[in-house]
Amino acid sequence: MTEFLNSPLGILALTVAQALALLVPVLIAVAYLTWAERKVLAAMQLRKGPNVVGPFGLLQPFADAIKMLMKETIIPSGASRLLFMAAPMLTFTLAMLAWAVIPVNDGWAIADINVGVLYLFAISSLGVYGIIIAGWASNSKYAFLGALRSAAQMVSYEVSIGFVIVTVLLCVGSLNLTEIVRAQENLWFFIPLFPMFVIFFISALAETNRAPFDLPEGESELVAGFFVEYSSMSFALFFLGEYANMILMSALCVILFMGGWLPPISIEPFTWIPGPVWFALKVALVLFFFLWSRATFPRYRYDQLMRLGWKVFLPFSLLWLVLTAGFLKLTGLLPA
Amino acid sequence: MIAALAFYAFAAILVASAVMVVTSRNPVHSVLYLILAFFNAAGLFLLAGAEFLAMILVIVYVGAVAVLFLFVVMMLDVDFARLREGFQRYAPFGAVVGAILFLELVLVFGAWQLAPDAMDLRLSPAPAGVSNTEALGRVIYTDYIFLFQAAGMILLVAMIGAIVLTLRDKPANSKRQDIAAQIARTSKLAMAQPALGAGIAREEILRPLPPPAPEPKKVSHEGGHH
Repeated sequence: MTEFLNSPLGILALTVAQALALLVPVLIAVAYLTWAERKVLAAMQLRKGPNVVGPFGLLQPFADAIKMLMKETIIPSGASRLLFMAAPMLTFTLAMLAWAVIPVNDGWAIADINVGVLYLFAISSLGVYGIIIAGWASNSKYAFLGALRSAAQMVSYEVSIGFVIVTVLLCVGSLNLTEIVRAQENLWFFIPLFPMFVIFFISALAETNRAPFDLPEGESELVAGFFVEYSSMSFALFFLGEYANMILMSALCVILFMGGWLPPISIEPFTWIPGPVWFALKVALVLFFFLWSRATFPRYRYDQLMRLGWKVFLPFSLLWLVLTAGFLKLTGLLPA
Repeated sequence: MIAALAFYAFAAILVASAVMVVTSRNPVHSVLYLILAFFNAAGLFLLAGAEFLAMILVIVYVGAVAVLFLFVVMMLDVDFARLREGFQRYAPFGAVVGAILFLELVLVFGAWQLAPDAMDLRLSPAPAGVSNTEALGRVIYTDYIFLFQAAGMILLVAMIGAIVLTLRDKPANSKRQDIAAQIARTSKLAMAQPALGAGIAREEILRPLPPPAPEPKKVSHEGGHH
């Protein structure tokens, strides 16, 4: 058995099994995130939300999925066919690809690589291509405008996310995600780095095109933005990709600031609960904040969005980075 | 064996997509092929054990530079028929320039010598016990710190230059939002409750008050059925 597992074929089989063990729960989480979003929004607006299909509407996501599959795929006649079909696949693939390095427990990452944070940053910066390609390939004005907006938006907020990540890395001294969580054994980073935590969360909202930064799909002025022309499964892939990205950014937030799989206090009743459960609970908490801000805030105006990214977050995160570096150096806390 | 296969796959796709960048007719497709080429170059870096460079290549070139390329190219209104019109005329000049560049490259690489130290380093890209990223950081921030700072200053100058070139004087009557002023000002608006139909006096529309509505009939709740 061990001999088989060490052969190339065995390693491949093991990796596939690990990937399935991670991606199937992620996809189920995506399905139930759509349900949770409708339920949370409904509760905040004193409605009931989905409550017809299954108990408490629990089977609603599957009903929606079947509905999507049954619809006809429509490709506009002026569209660039290959790119039009490739864009949603790209979005969805990238959203899944990033999970390879996420450690849900100590040593449980599929690929525990040295540059885990950079890998995540690289993959999330590629997410913009799905949107731009979709907007261009649709050959439609609304889709194109939505794509241009999102390209500018995602590039802008990546910069401040980058600075936030660098600040955390200064406190850790490693680019490995497992190491980042281990460094928070005594103190979760969102306490000393609270302003960066806030900036990261808001930038994550902008990066995933969620309300109040959902300008790329602003339905009141752009109909539905970059995916106006999409229908059926190709639309569903965009939808799944967006929600998978939300979960991914929440997971990144949990790893960087909220101690990953670690319990809040390392004493008896908390340590009984296994790490992955803590991880999932924390991700769910951050996701609740995503939904909460959607229910609460009106959409930003485009110039205000750019102003916030470039003129507020960027200088502030740069300043905080310098302050953190100076503090760590002067107190001798800088990790070797 | 797998590493060699991966190398040939990455290298073949890299060369093929680089050729497609030059030959494809649609500039957007060219940029997309360029992105594919960057990706495969990152794959080659990974195979060589330079994972930090691979990630930075993807983040900087694919995640930022190529996005801006794509952004610009998508908005260009290129007339392809006119673009190919002068091909015959300019081909000889292009060939001459290309030949000169090729000759120069041959001359440079003919005299290429590897430093004796470099041969040892090739075998061990990272010192023992130190990750690739850390080794790179040590070299950049100790041995080459001044060059690194100089590169940063050059980029800063370029950035300021770009800003100066695009900065225009604001027209005198242009209206801009001053968010601080908006937040700081006290409200001049107040809730007013004018009589029904009378409007607000400030608008100087004074209408007679409507006749008083007849008193609603008192509903008695004492006894009886409802």
